[in-house]
Amino acid sequence: MRHIISVLVENEFGVLSRVAGLFSGRGFNIESLCVAESLDPTVSTMTLVTSGNDAIIEQVLKQLNKLINVIKVVDFKELDYVSREMVLVKVNADERSREEILRMVEIFRGKIIDVSPKTYTLLITGDEEKLKAFLTLIKPLGIKELVRTGPIAIARGDKVIKVKEKHSEGGGEGNG
Amino acid sequence: MKKTGAQIFVECLKMEGVDTIFCYPGGATLNITDVLSGSDIQQIVVRHEQGAVHASDGYARASGRVGVSLVTSGPGATNTVTGIATAYMDSIPLVIFTCQVNTMLIGNDAFQEADIVGITRPCTKHSYLVRDGKDLARMIKEAFYIARSGRPGPVLVDIPKDITSNLYEFKYPEKVNIRSYQPTYVGHIGQIKRAMKEIAASKKPVLYTGGGIISSGASAELVRLAEVLSIPVVNTLMGLGGFPGNHRLFLGMLGMHGTYAANMAITSSDLIIAVGARFDDRATGKVDEFAPHAKIIHVDIDPTSISKNIKVDIPIVGDSKNVLQKMIHLAEQGGPEFKDYHASIGDWIKETEQWKNDYPLTYVRNGTLKPQYVIERIYELTKGKAIITTEVGQNQMWTAQFFKFLKPRTLLSSGGLGTMGFGFPAAIGAQVAYPKSLVIDIAGDGSIQMNIQELGTAVQFRLPVKVVILNNAHLGMVRQWQELFYEKRYTWTCLECTPDFVKLADAYGAAGYVIEREDDVDTVLKEAFRNGMPTLIDVKVNPEESVYPMVPAGAPLREMLLV
Repeated sequence: MRHIISVLVENEFGVLSRVAGLFSGRGFNIESLCVAESLDPTVSTMTLVTSGNDAIIEQVLKQLNKLINVIKVVDFKELDYVSREMVLVKVNADERSREEILRMVEIFRGKIIDVSPKTYTLLITGDEEKLKAFLTLIKPLGIKELVRTGPIAIARGDKVIKVKEKHSEGGGEGNG
Repeated sequence: MKKTGAQIFVECLKMEGVDTIFCYPGGATLNITDVLSGSDIQQIVVRHEQGAVHASDGYARASGRVGVSLVTSGPGATNTVTGIATAYMDSIPLVIFTCQVNTMLIGNDAFQEADIVGITRPCTKHSYLVRDGKDLARMIKEAFYIARSGRPGPVLVDIPKDITSNLYEFKYPEKVNIRSYQPTYVGHIGQIKRAMKEIAASKKPVLYTGGGIISSGASAELVRLAEVLSIPVVNTLMGLGGFPGNHRLFLGMLGMHGTYAANMAITSSDLIIAVGARFDDRATGKVDEFAPHAKIIHVDIDPTSISKNIKVDIPIVGDSKNVLQKMIHLAEQGGPEFKDYHASIGDWIKETEQWKNDYPLTYVRNGTLKPQYVIERIYELTKGKAIITTEVGQNQMWTAQFFKFLKPRTLLSSGGLGTMGFGFPAAIGAQVAYPKSLVIDIAGDGSIQMNIQELGTAVQFRLPVKVVILNNAHLGMVRQWQELFYEKRYTWTCLECTPDFVKLADAYGAAGYVIEREDDVDTVLKEAFRNGMPTLIDVKVNPEESVYPMVPAGAPLREMLLV
């Protein structure tokens, strides 16, 4: 099962390697990882995508929480959330395919951000399903290169994930 | 007032109440070494940095205080890794100070540079690289706090040399405030009540307890709970001493070399109450068939230990002492639900006693010198009043089986990592903590050679540690596996060219003895224990002897090979 997990960490030297090392050392899967400063400049938000059965995810959440620099861990499986990912795609764009690409970019509300005599570079944002659909459609035209950010996520409505005290939300039994 | 980093370092150690540091010098330690020499902190200079960390570990295990070591950069730092990993696996509170090359040189592959924070990241509870001297005092304060609080563990602080000589404003931080680190000590009362209901409804409860009892100082509470509810107790290796080894409710150690009674009790139990233990594979045997009829209550301060290896029915995150106190309180109130419990528990006790009587720990006395006999005699001669360290392998398992540990912090052994070479430097550390106690390292001829150089330390600092070498001329535990599972092909495990330990002791200025016959055991041990000197005792034991019972790796606990 695929989980998007948000990890609030101290915005300090070396924290990323602690999180990455935890995943490699314990053999946890890591599909994507996105890190940047949060609203509070002393805190960074890491959004990572991992997969595993319930027992593994429980360990992932607990082990993340155990790291001294980790302030809070949230498994979005337990929340209503929205997530978005950005992808940059460089596609072959000859006279026959340009029209088609433009149409597709318009349908998917993307942008063309760079043009060369033989290529277009496209920018598309969306959730996983949308990006998948777009890439399936554009693939026959000849993708030369593709770069993705990995998803970031945020809770729906007025719920805010912020630093208060250290505990794991969702998953991770333990404290009864 | 401004102080150098080295002065700040020493001030901080004093404020933390550090009385001893285990150390080895190098270019990068010079500024600190110079200031330390004028302080009243005792400096035990070892012969190898691994020895420094193990010694500080032995000091910590024996005393309950944080063990402190200081080494230089590069190879000095990398030599500490095995010691740190050993302490990490056994949750021992250490602060390891490594010195680092100058700040400006970090990352440049400078002489004696190693990224020790990176190298030790997976085997430390936390670590610091001091990049600015103004953070030094805070980081040291936090390091000690993190090392000893929650689930204890080693914390490494890496200090570049220029920071030790530069001047900084010094103010000792009175408080630690780490927003991202708040260990849970108090167990959830709802969960504890649920646990008590399960106990009341059980017919065959077992207390399965580990090192958490010792680190939280919960030994008295464990005895009390076991007695109030008449629950038999099994210990992990790390838990030995947490419950008196001569208590009528004690069934012994469980697991691969556990007692028949302990392993059968786990197998037959309908309720396991695990406290401060982590269901390690050497304790559980085949996980799928561990305690097949039992519900499991698990008390642990570390949430990651719960439901990691074994699915738990009632998790309780908290300090063992705190949780046991609440359980005792509820058990003493009794309540109607405990009526049937007390009526039926006698049958279960009888069943466990039958196992103890039918299959006690034993070995064949055939005129040869048996290692088990030597350990039994050490127990009798000391009346259990000694601090025992072990190396790893057969010596460790026989010690766990045949020495009755009566009090916490009397067995110091590398349980998790299984580090050969641990016992001797750990004994040195324990002797430093308790200069008047009898400290005995029960070793093998293989593992003693892994840190034998610390004889120099023991002699220099007049630490009268006794090393009983159960010399079977083999790496005995691996040899045992080869005997049982590799058709007696003793590849690499026959130790030829072992030194003459008596001459070796003499060369260092220590005392040396040989024991070759059963009849000499008592006489020589008595003499060795009161000679006031660091001592090697070379005991030529029967090389064929194996450790039994044995549950083969991957088998369920009930499948024991007996003597």
